Amino acid sequence: MKTFYKKFSEKFIEGLLMLSGTVTSLTVILIVIFLFKEGLGVFDKKPVEEGYVIAINKNNAIRKITSAEIKNIYDQKITHWNEVGGKPDSIVLFRLEDISNFYSDDEIGENFEGLPNCINRLVDSLPNIIAFFPEKYLIKDFKGKQLEIDKIKLAEFFGGKEWLPTAQPSAQLGVLPLIMGTLWVSLGAILLALPLGLAAAVYMSEIAKDNVRRIMKPLIELLAGIPSVVYGFFGLVIIVPLIQKTFNLPVGETGLAGSIILGIMALPTIITISEDAMRNTPRAMKEASLALGASKWQTIYKVVVPYSISGITAGAILGIGRAIGETMAVLMVTGNAAVMPHSILEPVRTIPATIAAELGEASNGGLHYKALFALGCILFLITLFINLTVEFVTSRNKHNKH
Amino acid sequence: MSLNQKMITILLFPLIGLMSCGNEKKETAETKQVQKVVITLKGSDTVLPLGQKEAEDFMKKDSTASITVVGGGSGVGITALADGTTDIAMASRDLKTDEKLKFTEAKKDIQQITIAFDALSVIVNPENKVMQLTREQLEKIYTGEITNWKDVGGANEKIVAYSRESSSGTYEFFKDHVLSKKNYATTVLSMPATGAIVQSVSQTKGAIGYVGLAYESIGVKSLSVSYDQGKTYVAPSVSAAKDKSYPISRPLYYMYEIGAASKVKAFIDFALSDEGQKIVAEIGYVPLK
Repeated sequence: MKTFYKKFSEKFIEGLLMLSGTVTSLTVILIVIFLFKEGLGVFDKKPVEEGYVIAINKNNAIRKITSAEIKNIYDQKITHWNEVGGKPDSIVLFRLEDISNFYSDDEIGENFEGLPNCINRLVDSLPNIIAFFPEKYLIKDFKGKQLEIDKIKLAEFFGGKEWLPTAQPSAQLGVLPLIMGTLWVSLGAILLALPLGLAAAVYMSEIAKDNVRRIMKPLIELLAGIPSVVYGFFGLVIIVPLIQKTFNLPVGETGLAGSIILGIMALPTIITISEDAMRNTPRAMKEASLALGASKWQTIYKVVVPYSISGITAGAILGIGRAIGETMAVLMVTGNAAVMPHSILEPVRTIPATIAAELGEASNGGLHYKALFALGCILFLITLFINLTVEFVTSRNKHNKH
Repeated sequence: MSLNQKMITILLFPLIGLMSCGNEKKETAETKQVQKVVITLKGSDTVLPLGQKEAEDFMKKDSTASITVVGGGSGVGITALADGTTDIAMASRDLKTDEKLKFTEAKKDIQQITIAFDALSVIVNPENKVMQLTREQLEKIYTGEITNWKDVGGANEKIVAYSRESSSGTYEFFKDHVLSKKNYATTVLSMPATGAIVQSVSQTKGAIGYVGLAYESIGVKSLSVSYDQGKTYVAPSVSAAKDKSYPISRPLYYMYEIGAASKVKAFIDFALSDEGQKIVAEIGYVPLK
């Protein structure tokens, strides 16, 4: 009876372990599928909000127009039709709110029943008009001409340099500045954190005395427990002005500020994991090296570091992972201007910061929402790529060693 | 054995505590629901602190009332009102045309009550010599046409323009009323909170930003603004916003469906009373009278 019970409980625990493994993997797969399903939907959408049309007078020769051109027309950067391939007449802008400038309330009607007719008459009477209004006010025999607008293209999305997802009437979804911003900030963070973290780990595992280590280790681990908003605020108040003064810049909110903060945030992960890995180097190996006449320093970089390289890389990956995905601290210190960064001393906007700042207002299932999911996909692919590269490098190193 | 038992008792204590907590809360919520109306306010983050304080004070006076206040932005509140998921929508802007249409389609009549005014002040670093700007200059600064302070009468210093994130009603308001609906330049820095703008402007020499009147602080200098091509400049102040001489100001609204007026009337009356208007001033907005 007792053995049966024991066997049963063993089987039960086994099943439980398997179940939790399966559930975790399934969840991960489902999240990835969901992410890509939503994200790829952006290429199925037009940049003009759904249910809206852009119309012009029927005598206007223009047929097609790009999203960027619409934006520049409504920003009054393009003011004449010949700039988009038409006649050299100046463009008349019309938005639905402007209707009361043209027609009285009586003509529009209390419940807007006269509105479709008003729009029709207006578009027909002004040869140089461009009108943006909801599709349901389009009457059947509309005398104007609807402009054709293409769906968002891959090249436009990845190559575009303007990120204005809420721009009316046509959203601008160029993610290149955001990708560049993320890469700049993360690269800077790694360059700062990796050497510093490794040096600290070597010191703690090999050089520091026991009682020094006993104080240092909890202190460093404490760094990992500080909420990221606190880091962000620290960065905004201390690091941003410091950078501004040191480099004599017009503005201190720069990619570098983000890199420094992220570097500090990645340090505890890198130090703790690589230090643990180094301390796992067998005593016999170290003593053998010392007995052969190698100095302490030679032992460290010829024996300890190569032996623990996989642990060190694991620490580095996790540190980088935190750096790339970190949101709040970066949101506060990098300035978030979606411009193409030319150096790390300029304001940048990262992908996680964009998603965090904008997802709240994006209407569920809309263009902006899908575009943010597509950004999530890009972020996912970047981290996946980094992880795979590191895996590849470490596995090759191991082969060489044995 | 004894260790195990100890462990179990230790683990059980918080569990019991948690369970009893949950029960208690549920009970109070239920009793309240039975006794008195429950009002929900949803919408603009600008109105949020005002709505919260008013709800708090109202509940102190009338202990049977239960008011929930949720933010999310003016658009969120108005959509919720149209869907019937909130009783009062807080808004920092008028209804948009398509929102009006949404209400006419749903055959709902909306009452819009102005509860306070909010003025946006344009702030710069105290070291900046510039004291005033016209609306056209502000537009050019934020759309990226003017990039140096010397073009608007200041020192030879690059202009660093700060804005709020695009989710904020303030972002939209500034775009509609100052930029004549043009898009912000991509070089404009966007900050997650108004406090962050104040902080950045106070420590950046060439900075310019816009914040609610309530947020003005000693670290920054607010500019006078002209809406008539430079004939008259008005400095932002509560009194200037009250007599409407300061141009960048906007009314803050509570909106509700006329059919549900009896439910929300007591609270709206409280917001408009002297006591409610005193809260408006405390929060830093401009009272109606």
